[in-house]
Amino acid sequence: MLNGAQIVLECLRREKVECIFGYPGGVTLPLYDAMYDSPIRHVLVRHEQNACFAAEGWARATGRVGVCCATSGPGATNLVTGLVDAMMDSIPVVAITGQVPTRLIGSDAFQEADTFGITRSCTKHNFLVKTLADLPQAIHEAFHIAATGRPGPVLVDIPKDVFQARGRYAPVSSIHLPGYKVVTEGHAGQIRRAAQMIWEAKRPLVYAGGGIIAAGASEELRAFVEQVDAPAVCTLMALGALPGSHPNFVSMPGMHGSYAANMSMSEADLLIALGTRFDDRVTGKLSGFAPHAKVIHVDIDPAEIGKNRAADLPIVGDAKRVLRKLNQALADSAELKPLNEAARAAWRERVGEWKRRHPLEPEFSSEEIKPQHLISEMDRISGGEAIVASDVGQHQMWAAQLMRFNHPRLWINSGGLGSMGFGLPAAIGAQMARPDALVFALLGDGGFQMSIPELATIANERLPVKIIVMNNGHLGMVRQWQALFYHNRLSQVTLEGFPDPEKLAGAYGLPGRMVEAPGELRRALRECVEEPGPYLLNVRVSPFENVYPMVPAGAAITEMVLAPPQPVEAT
Amino acid sequence: MLQLISLLMENKPGALMRVTGLLTARGYNIESLSVARTLDPELSRMSIVVEVEPPQRAQLIKQMNKLINVLQAVDLTEAAAVRRELALVRVRVSRENRTVILKEAEIFGARPVDSSLDGFALEVTGDPEKIDEFIAVMGAYGEIEVTRSGLVAVSLEAKKPRLSPPVLKEEGIAQNA
Repeated sequence: MLNGAQIVLECLRREKVECIFGYPGGVTLPLYDAMYDSPIRHVLVRHEQNACFAAEGWARATGRVGVCCATSGPGATNLVTGLVDAMMDSIPVVAITGQVPTRLIGSDAFQEADTFGITRSCTKHNFLVKTLADLPQAIHEAFHIAATGRPGPVLVDIPKDVFQARGRYAPVSSIHLPGYKVVTEGHAGQIRRAAQMIWEAKRPLVYAGGGIIAAGASEELRAFVEQVDAPAVCTLMALGALPGSHPNFVSMPGMHGSYAANMSMSEADLLIALGTRFDDRVTGKLSGFAPHAKVIHVDIDPAEIGKNRAADLPIVGDAKRVLRKLNQALADSAELKPLNEAARAAWRERVGEWKRRHPLEPEFSSEEIKPQHLISEMDRISGGEAIVASDVGQHQMWAAQLMRFNHPRLWINSGGLGSMGFGLPAAIGAQMARPDALVFALLGDGGFQMSIPELATIANERLPVKIIVMNNGHLGMVRQWQALFYHNRLSQVTLEGFPDPEKLAGAYGLPGRMVEAPGELRRALRECVEEPGPYLLNVRVSPFENVYPMVPAGAAITEMVLAPPQPVEAT
Repeated sequence: MLQLISLLMENKPGALMRVTGLLTARGYNIESLSVARTLDPELSRMSIVVEVEPPQRAQLIKQMNKLINVLQAVDLTEAAAVRRELALVRVRVSRENRTVILKEAEIFGARPVDSSLDGFALEVTGDPEKIDEFIAVMGAYGEIEVTRSGLVAVSLEAKKPRLSPPVLKEEGIAQNA
């Protein structure tokens, strides 16, 4: 006989869970008591929001389900931002929350919240388990739903008396969700037609999204890009899907995308959209987006097809499987390849010319450390191999523009939701998953101050995370918009009172320092990376730098501002 | 523009909330909604009438089909379907109007389900336009009180839901899929 809490842990063991990020509380006492004897590792974070972010970091670094745990009421409500974050970026996470005993549900009991109701729209699916008999099925279904199809977060809410009830654990032999329809294979006829359209195109462009990473389709993508020999843009969620050093890689498109990426989008006659959702930050004004292009749209989620941009050829399926078949179909129809080869060569040349004329290049100054300078030094150390868990804002965009990622799952960031405070806990999750990897937590001074308590988690777990604070003393991205679109009326964007980094890190028993001289940056970074444990490096960068190129909100992506402009009217 | 959606869904706690949540999250106003279990007590059939502009309709159906508790969502707005609504109408009438009321009710195929000195309770079914007319006519005779069931619909083209078969559960299969 086991109790419900032990059954939960048995289910997690069978799901091969190695690590839970969590925070205990009243109604999860039975679960934490059972954990006392469990081989599954538990990382005690300092806020439940960070438990979910850390679980995401784990999932983003490994492709496996990340697990977090919180108590009822405030514990569960604190998970909400992380759940929405995972939902927006399609990250597989299972959240286990405690609930007040079933007899008290609905009575405004101590630490009661309607977790099932609150998280309905924050999750791919959620469960409220009211009897022990339903518990194993719910947990296993949660993992199945989180990891398959378009991945996402799933929450299982478990009342205290269900944790305490005793019963036998009967292994779950099958998952039956008749309404859960996942199409993975891709329609064979559509795939053949896609191959034909690709050979017939004169200016094809591969537009790869996070679905490539979720599907583990990087190899297939690379083979595809090389077979077609088309230029390829990777969205913010897909950096690393194609090696950053690959000759066909054109960088990131969109609001802060490169000139070459946005011009390629606009001039292409065929967009091959793979696991991507035509997000507004990529397309800019939809009516002006890729006006000459036909669209082949491959996505595992049928609701994404035609949502923002009509697809001329839709293919519902898993990116890996579809690309395998598409590569085969292209090989089978290779006699069509010479059809427009001359036009495609001219197109490649044109894209190459855009890349050469408007490269994404770091800026340097001898007086102050430019933010791009910091990123380029990090890139030198990384060589395209380090994990970078980024927070949200200017530093995130500069890193996305200037850092190379030679593999998938190195670039970890909050793309869809843009949650400040994401970077540090995500780095914790990534470092737990890959203890030997070099993990940078790249943070702004704003996001870092949302997550300072996690320094304790890093110290406790002795995680060698390299915390790089790009400190411009501002909420830089908001300041940039105020400067460009609100007549430089800087309202509530100056962050004064940043703590002394050496004392702050020292208070947690970690080494840390500040660097502000451009000539010292390289050595400071080297010291930070060579330190065997965690390190906090606070880098004072120029306070008024803006991210360029920039497409103003509501404009077409060809309307790029490439360099500091005259202030523009708000639209 | 009103969209008529027919849903076949699992009869489980929270299933209704998932469907209505999709609508409220997009700011759509529900005109009517009726739900009851089917011959199979584990399933429910829901008919929803909701204000959605035509370009968004296909997207809404896709989003509903994504819900794990929904086995099938079908747009019946322009499909061949029978649409019916039931209304219970209490009408207060003077003694001299009693027979007239009953005659009027007969024209609409309504039948009295309660009779008192004050008046009648009448039951009427039909398409929503007919119900509207009946209510208007009854309102002309005196004070009325109305409860409408909301639209229920059945498609005339049998469209079998595609159901996913059980998936064998091996240890860790989900994680390594």
